[in-house]
Amino acid sequence: MDLSILWYLVPSVIMFVAGVYGFVTRKNMIALLISLELMLNSADLNFVVFNRYLFPGSMEGMFFTLFAIAIAAAETAIAIAIIINIYRSVQNTDINVVNKMKF
Amino acid sequence: MFGNILIWFVIVPVLMMAGLACCGNSNMKAIRTVMVAGSTVLLGMAVWLVCEFLSLRGSGDTSEMLFTGSWLWYAPLNIHLAVGVDGISVLMLLLSAIIVFAGTFASWKIDPLPKNFFLWFCLLSTGVFGFFISIDMFTMFMFYEVALIPMYLLIGVWGTGRKEYSAMKLTLMLMGGSAFLMLGLLGIFWHSAPTMDQCTWNILEISHNAAIDPSWQRLLFCFTFVGFGVLGAMFPFHTWSPDGHACAPTAVSMLHAGVLMKLGGYGCFRIAIFLCPQGAQELAWIFIILTGISVVYGAFSACVQTDLKYINAYSSVSHCGMVLFAILMLNTTAMTGGILQMLSHGLMTALFFALIGMIYGRTHTRDIRQMGGLMKIMPYLGVCYMIAGFASLGLPGMSGFVAEMTIFFGAFEEADMFHRIFVIAATCSIVITAVYILRVVGKLVLGPVQDEHHLSLTDASWWERLSTVTLIVCLAGIGFFPNWINETIRTSFEPIINALQNAL
Amino acid sequence: MGITLPVLILALPFAMFLILGIGGVKMSRKLAGVLGICANGALLAMSYTVAFTYFFSGETAYIIDGVRQQLQLFDVTWMAFTERLVVNIGFLLDPISAMMLIVITTISFMVHLYSWGYMEHEPGFQRYYAFLSLFTFSMLGLVVATNIFQMYIFWELVGVSSYLLIGFFYKLPSAVSASKKAFIVTRFADLFMLIGILVLSYYVSQTPADGPLGGASAFNFIMLNNNSANVLESTLCGTFMGGSILSWAMVFIFVGGMGKSAMLPLHIWLPDAMEGPTPVSALIHAATMVVAGVYLVARFFPLYLIADGSLLFITVVGAITAFYAAVVACCQIDIKRILAFSTISQIAFMMVSLGVTRPELHEGMGYMASMFHLFTHAMFKALLFLGAGALIHAVHSNNYTAMGGMRKYMPVTHWTFLIGCLAIAGIPPFSGFFSKDEMLTAMYANSPLWGAWMTMVAALTAFYMFRMYFRVFWWEENPHYKDHTPHDAPWQMSVPLIFLAAVSCVAGFIPFGEFVTWDRAPYHIHLDMSVAIPSICVAVVAIAFAAWLYAKKNEKPSKMKVAMPVLWEAAHRRFYWDEIYMFVTHKIIFNGICRGIAWFDRHIIDGTMDGLAAVTQFASAKIKGMQSGNVQTYVIWYFFGALLLAAITWICLL
Repeated sequence: MDLSILWYLVPSVIMFVAGVYGFVTRKNMIALLISLELMLNSADLNFVVFNRYLFPGSMEGMFFTLFAIAIAAAETAIAIAIIINIYRSVQNTDINVVNKMKF
Repeated sequence: MFGNILIWFVIVPVLMMAGLACCGNSNMKAIRTVMVAGSTVLLGMAVWLVCEFLSLRGSGDTSEMLFTGSWLWYAPLNIHLAVGVDGISVLMLLLSAIIVFAGTFASWKIDPLPKNFFLWFCLLSTGVFGFFISIDMFTMFMFYEVALIPMYLLIGVWGTGRKEYSAMKLTLMLMGGSAFLMLGLLGIFWHSAPTMDQCTWNILEISHNAAIDPSWQRLLFCFTFVGFGVLGAMFPFHTWSPDGHACAPTAVSMLHAGVLMKLGGYGCFRIAIFLCPQGAQELAWIFIILTGISVVYGAFSACVQTDLKYINAYSSVSHCGMVLFAILMLNTTAMTGGILQMLSHGLMTALFFALIGMIYGRTHTRDIRQMGGLMKIMPYLGVCYMIAGFASLGLPGMSGFVAEMTIFFGAFEEADMFHRIFVIAATCSIVITAVYILRVVGKLVLGPVQDEHHLSLTDASWWERLSTVTLIVCLAGIGFFPNWINETIRTSFEPIINALQNAL
Repeated sequence: MGITLPVLILALPFAMFLILGIGGVKMSRKLAGVLGICANGALLAMSYTVAFTYFFSGETAYIIDGVRQQLQLFDVTWMAFTERLVVNIGFLLDPISAMMLIVITTISFMVHLYSWGYMEHEPGFQRYYAFLSLFTFSMLGLVVATNIFQMYIFWELVGVSSYLLIGFFYKLPSAVSASKKAFIVTRFADLFMLIGILVLSYYVSQTPADGPLGGASAFNFIMLNNNSANVLESTLCGTFMGGSILSWAMVFIFVGGMGKSAMLPLHIWLPDAMEGPTPVSALIHAATMVVAGVYLVARFFPLYLIADGSLLFITVVGAITAFYAAVVACCQIDIKRILAFSTISQIAFMMVSLGVTRPELHEGMGYMASMFHLFTHAMFKALLFLGAGALIHAVHSNNYTAMGGMRKYMPVTHWTFLIGCLAIAGIPPFSGFFSKDEMLTAMYANSPLWGAWMTMVAALTAFYMFRMYFRVFWWEENPHYKDHTPHDAPWQMSVPLIFLAAVSCVAGFIPFGEFVTWDRAPYHIHLDMSVAIPSICVAVVAIAFAAWLYAKKNEKPSKMKVAMPVLWEAAHRRFYWDEIYMFVTHKIIFNGICRGIAWFDRHIIDGTMDGLAAVTQFASAKIKGMQSGNVQTYVIWYFFGALLLAAITWICLL
């Protein structure tokens, strides 16, 4: 049985929009990070799906997704490290409080 | 390449900069040695160049430019480092060398950071000399910018009063002019030859090709004339001049008013008029109106100023307006007068600013209401100030008279009513000039001593005397024996006049 | 005649100026004085040699069939404006320039000598002599000019030397402002002269190069004068406001002369110029520089003759000025001011005399008379000024109120002064009588109106001169003499007085018409009794009236003053000319135009530039808020931007 591509893409879009919504509305930087991961994962999902459906003969989408997951993990580690450091210096993880580097 | 004398006019200031860089930060002796040696070499070279030029012309060499040389710099855009001089640029080089020489002595005791000051000063001179030797529009423009940028630092760091504001204003306005200029130069470049791949930056080649379309000439003439006119303090783009001069340190004022403003006038005829002759013939009237206003307007404004430097800055607006006004008459005599006026104004204003710097260094004020009777306290400076004043108001025997008369007689050759009205308006400036010069001399040099504290001040020291005497001798030299200089300039205008004739 | 003497005549005073000006600081007073006087003596000898050779040698180079020739002893190119407009510096020898050589060097020498005594204790003695040399140089260069442009060059130079000498006491604000005024007023007049020269030379240089006006010297006096008809023809191409171009040019050139010669309305600088040292007033502001305007008209006379209306203009200006100055002179207190106004009046006399000259009237004798009067006036007016200087030197005041009864204390000054007064009043046999008589004859010949008008001025002249004479030397002794008894001046000052007085006694008998006439052919002077007798009568009556009023102390003068308060006040304040000028220059030009323009420049022009900068800054300040640093805001912008782009792409692809 063949699932239509839409069965994959619609959850991916929902995930992405949820990620955007979370990123825009949340104040806590950890929450922002989580939202970011959501968006990233939805994109990963798309890569895999498009690879599978549109170019079944090749594997680039798969590899690219694996890369992205690895890099996202590293990036998350760095982001968490930065957030922890910020928390240590200002006792806060509210995105609106940390604006010293504005302008 | 190094066999060409002209290149050395750029190399020597660079070498001076290298020499200065090796000096200790406050080793005044070493710094002065480098500066005096360098500026003397430059002056010597300029004098030699004039003599050599005259003897070559005398022996029948009638090519447009002498000492030419051209070295490829950037092939895709056909940019060369092309050099060459005619009678006018030779005289301009001499003028610059004299003023650099006098300026060195006028800033004998510059403080703070003497080394850095002279470094920028040398960079400025590099730009000025490079501009006058270039016959490639691109390198000309490059040297023009090299001369402008150091002004910002020289005024911003070593200036007085609202120096940051003035430095910013001066640089921004001149840069604005440069933007117009760049547009104009690019336009000329892209239209310089019948086919795209033959486009050239070389002024002589462009004028030989005469390929610029008349409709483009009008536009390009306006762009380049405005671009250079800003530097020539043309109304209404002159307001950088009073503030800039008022805040600049002595030697910078001297070099700026004495030489840098001449870049404007020089560029106007060398590029705007020479390369776009038809545009010039058709649209000169716009700029005649503007410069005619400059002449009278600057003189009237100078009448009510109380700051010595403002007076001279406005007087420069008037005199430089006269330069552009003369050039726009588009006939040999008036244009010759314009060049004479450039030389005369360069020397005279340099003298004025040098003297103002010396007086300010002693009294710590430039307000003429707070000074008086300096003739009694410092007779040497007082006498020099009067001489500078007389040169400015056109006393026979000084260069100003020669220049102004040549301009008036040349401008009177243009017989239509429009020209007549503006010429007569311009002649009125000789009276207004007398008014503001005598007003200053009367208040500053003559009359009773205003401030008791001034009585203990000393007269000029030897380096100040050397600086002023150099300039006065040159002023009187032109004033007494104007004919050789006049002939040199006249013959150099032939190609330009021919281009203008062909455009009719 | 070779060119050595002419070159030396110009070079020597200039060299003296440089030597005394640059080296004077290191020189002792005595050395500077002796040097100046000796150099001037040499100059005097050389000029006399040149002039006497010219007048008396009878060589054919100088005189042919009784007609004196014009010679250009040298004429070298100084500068070329165009091929046709070439400025030369040269030495033109003809009757009027030779006569002026004599006048200038004589007075200059007398003044040099006199100043040695008069200026002895002044600081800046060396500088003073340097300036005197500069003036002598400039004035000589002016009178020997071969072309109008050379004349203009030296015209400016005499202006500057006059400026320097008026402002000699530079610590006095009044001297500074007087010198400034003199320079600016004459500069204003010179502007017109320059425009006149521009117009004239332009049209002359447009004539065919091979025509009579061809060649390289459109400025040259001889060429222009000898071809005046061609000059007129060359300017016939148009008119301007009803006058021919030539008339306008000549009138404009004359305005330059009005400035230097202090004709109404450009006379205001001369009375103030009396702030300078008195010998300077004698040299510059009485004898030589102020007659430059007269000399100019005489030099260009053939052109003035042919430019219709210009001679009438000169006559009218001269007649009005002569009367005005004479009236004002009657009401002054400062003796130098009286002499200054008297000078204005006398110069105007010469102007009128030139203006009424027509070749058909007495063979153009007005020209001769004018030059004759220039000569005699230079002598007796210098005498009067030097005498006034001696008085001022003795009492340290310029006002006659500080004097009175001086004849007992200063006999030499008294007698020489009296001779001067008699000469200017026109009493025979003193020199002024002869020249004035010739001038009046010429005026009556032209029109009885001018004759009668100028006879009236002559009467006023006699009155105000003797008013001063009696007030200073008679009246009543000033009580201050007991503390400080005035006495005659030292010999350096007396010798010039006596010499000039002697000249004033005999100069009238010079047969001037043999030497100087408008066409340079001799004219035999004869006294016209119908003019001479009435003019002597009015002079005598005027002197008698002055004696009646002022010979002894009495109340009559003050009663007269009270009887006509408005007239007296107006005349005393010189009919408010200075106030009018002050109003125009200060209130209108300085405060109105100059301040207005300066304000406009700072606020409108500069304001626009600053405004551009302010707009940029304002825009930047507004826009920079968008760069908030808030990532969430960026994401929203980004998200909607991306959506928008996607939508656009989609629409386009559809």
